Amino acid sequence: MNFLPDLFDLAMHVLLLLAMPPLLLGVINKTKAWFGGRVGPPLLQPYYDLAKLMRKDVVLSATTTWMFLAGPVVTLAAVVLAGLLVPLGRFDAPICFNGDLILFAYLFALGRFFTTAAALDTGSSFEGMGASREVTFACLAEPALFLAFLVLVKYSGALSLTRMLHAPMAHELSTLPFAPLILVGAGLFIVLLAENCRIPVDDPNTHLELTMIHEVMVLDHSGPLLGLVLYGAAIKLFVLSAVLLHVIAPFTTDLAVAAWPLFAFEMLALAAVIGVVESVMARLQMRHVPTLLVSASLLCGFGFLLMLR
Amino acid sequence: MSLELTLGACGACALSGVFGFLSARRSPLGQTAAAAVMVIASAAGMVGALAAVIDGTTTTAAVRGVLPDWPFQVRLDPLSGFFLAPIFLLGIVGPVYGLGYWRQADHVRTGRRLGLCYGLLVAGLALVALSADGATFLFAWEIMALSAFFLVATEDHEREARYAGWVYLIAAHVGTLLLFALFAILRAATGSFELRRLAPEEAGLGLQTVIFLLAFAGFGLKAGMMPLHFWLPGAHASAPSHVSAILSAIVLKIGIYGLIRTSMLLPDLSIACGLLVLVSGVASAVFGVAFALGQHDLKRLLAYHSIENIGIILMGLGLAIVGAATRRSEWLVLGLSGCLLHVWNHCLFKALLFLAAGSVVHATHTREIDELGGLAKRMPLTAAMFAIGAAAICGLPPLNGFASEFLVYLGLFHAATDDSAAFSGVALAAPALALVGTLAVACFVKEFGAVFLGAPRAAHAAAAIEAPWSMIAPMALLAALCAAIGLCPLIVFPCLDGVLATWPGFSGPRLAELAPYPSMIALGAALVLAAGVGVLYVHRRSARARRAAVVTWDCGYLLPRATMQYTSSSFAAQLVGLYRWILRPRIQRAPPAGVFPGRSQFASHVPDVVLDGVLSPIWYRFKSRLAVLRVLQHGRVQRYIVYILVALCGLLLSLVPVMDLARKLVGK
Repeated sequence: MNFLPDLFDLAMHVLLLLAMPPLLLGVINKTKAWFGGRVGPPLLQPYYDLAKLMRKDVVLSATTTWMFLAGPVVTLAAVVLAGLLVPLGRFDAPICFNGDLILFAYLFALGRFFTTAAALDTGSSFEGMGASREVTFACLAEPALFLAFLVLVKYSGALSLTRMLHAPMAHELSTLPFAPLILVGAGLFIVLLAENCRIPVDDPNTHLELTMIHEVMVLDHSGPLLGLVLYGAAIKLFVLSAVLLHVIAPFTTDLAVAAWPLFAFEMLALAAVIGVVESVMARLQMRHVPTLLVSASLLCGFGFLLMLR
Repeated sequence: MSLELTLGACGACALSGVFGFLSARRSPLGQTAAAAVMVIASAAGMVGALAAVIDGTTTTAAVRGVLPDWPFQVRLDPLSGFFLAPIFLLGIVGPVYGLGYWRQADHVRTGRRLGLCYGLLVAGLALVALSADGATFLFAWEIMALSAFFLVATEDHEREARYAGWVYLIAAHVGTLLLFALFAILRAATGSFELRRLAPEEAGLGLQTVIFLLAFAGFGLKAGMMPLHFWLPGAHASAPSHVSAILSAIVLKIGIYGLIRTSMLLPDLSIACGLLVLVSGVASAVFGVAFALGQHDLKRLLAYHSIENIGIILMGLGLAIVGAATRRSEWLVLGLSGCLLHVWNHCLFKALLFLAAGSVVHATHTREIDELGGLAKRMPLTAAMFAIGAAAICGLPPLNGFASEFLVYLGLFHAATDDSAAFSGVALAAPALALVGTLAVACFVKEFGAVFLGAPRAAHAAAAIEAPWSMIAPMALLAALCAAIGLCPLIVFPCLDGVLATWPGFSGPRLAELAPYPSMIALGAALVLAAGVGVLYVHRRSARARRAAVVTWDCGYLLPRATMQYTSSSFAAQLVGLYRWILRPRIQRAPPAGVFPGRSQFASHVPDVVLDGVLSPIWYRFKSRLAVLRVLQHGRVQRYIVYILVALCGLLLSLVPVMDLARKLVGK
């Protein structure tokens, strides 16, 4: 079950997983600035921010315990491991076994457990509010993710992320089951936006603590702790985008040299699409978010029904 | 040898409580002696049980002398051994924990009774798992049910405990009645009380379905599956915590044991039976965790989580039965081993959680979550144990809950790849399980956060001190087992394969061929390593900050108070709102009004929908009509003795062969 791809591809996988995520945020911000008619921060601004935060000192609240320190660290470790399970482009994931999709989803749950517990550790009502929203919306997004996996498992007959996500790529374009894949693609896109706290679910640039989700949970994290949180969030965006790409853009190239650049280009394009979505939409009222997330589950559920024919 | 060990352990546990009555009322001697006997006997019994599971041997014997003229038929096979091991584990941790938690000197009136009943409960449970014929089974079942009743009602000076005890007793006996019917039918079909596999010609499909449904209802009532769970939350919340631990960890599982045992007796179980178990598993899991979210009582919340976990166990069993009925051996292997491993895992982490909750109750004298907070600073060891248990019960890697849920998931995803569309539908249980998982995360973040994190909300939480070693040590043992099974699930594979091999007609792949654990072990180790190194790094980086700690940032407000924290109820409010169609929360509020508002208040409570919504109203409607029966039950012992005499005479008369005598008379 366990096979290692070429050493070069392995190195590329790890390199992209660790180095590329902040660039996606840069692209999103640049797109939004372009839509707003602004110059916007430099493309590499997220890297500068991370470097600055890692050099800074920490401020700790007297209320906090070890959980506050463990939160960002465990979350980062969990998303990086999840990133090792996902195939990038046409390349196999470094780790692949039957049922790794379950581990993939539960690593995110592990991260959520520690992020929200660290938020409650501060004893701040605002952070409690953010944690409450985070777990509530996750409860609505998770079934959608599993229904999407069910469709892909049914389509590919495989139980590992690598073989399951490569199935659309391996078939002729004309033989693809378009309807289920489009439904799953739409559902996964909503999950992507919700899990990464993007508009229309959450606004990463909002200025009011009362309306935040993710940003308010990390109000008390500072310096390297905040750096780890932001870096982990960027990797999460990268990993979920990589999953989504297999469904909405199952393109591949026979040219070995072009495969990695093609993947990187697709990722940046997806980031630009997210930027466009954020630019043309306002965020939903908090009470309408559940409707959006349930519709994601319904889309993926219909996809599964279509596969059952 | 294994059978003798377990039987001996069973007897020793039953008698251990006697020491309490031999020593002085306030002396700790009796309790210590009883705990020592329990630990030694249970350890021996566990060795015997595990040996039987791993060897795959079956031994039978007849025990004479307990009841006159009625030998107990006992049998130790891998399935009984598999359930005996956790029973004896609780036989070890419970009494040791009790040494600190329920000290004889503090509980003069109830301590000795509790010790006696705890030993009897362990013995009764072990005898249920060992019994090889219906009569022995029912005898042991009754010992178990009655000792559990006295344990639930330990604090019988409190109204709540008495009520919970009565509800439990009624539910237990309704279940027992169903089991009487079950064993009577089995006897009618096979001609003896022996519990053996039926031959297809002994019972038709219809009769087998009736047997299965009786077992499903009777054992399901014991296991606490929805909607037969109504007795469970009250009983588990009111009992002393180490009793809650054994009730939740073991007594529920004995219902699962009965269900698996009955399934093995029936030669052709239909697909419908499997689907029934699967669907009720999904319902139990989803609604169990939804009700847990609405609770604000430390132990009641954990009790609802038992219903959820029973649901996950039933999902595995349902998949296994469907797999057995449709000859899909992967489903059978993954479903049954997921079910069995989750039985063990739930024993470990739920006992751990109840014991940790007990430490909190012991230190603060309240079960109200919203009056606690900040205990991680005051009780760091208990907090760490609770965190491990919470992460494990949420099924988070790399702990044991993930290992067993993974098997159930894998089985369900196998179903999705099936060619037949009808059976692929079984896989829809996977998203439901995912929903359960995320709701569990929400619920345990709520409980852990509100109890252990933040600042103390009331004085008794601020004054809490760490539990004594006798309470920490049992928790540490359970936590270590959780971590061990989580990090290396391969250590339990021999046990699972041993039980799987006894499933009738089983010839499927071994578990290790289906479950890719080597990669997961590596990943789990990597995760622990990375997290450990990372935490050390941030710990060093924040050394200066810890010395100059500041107040939590509350958006510019300078004097945040503990009462301003988000409470557990507010944390769950949004989710409870999404599920209000089933939870039906009761909210009482007096909002602030006027220019100078006076006192305002807000209280919300989620009652049990079955007990408080359906059964209680029905009961109160019939209660007045049943008052006529009070004539029979008036509290005069003399008249009760007359009842006994009359009943005895009636029974003796029934032995007289009236018809024969009449025939002889007529013949003359």
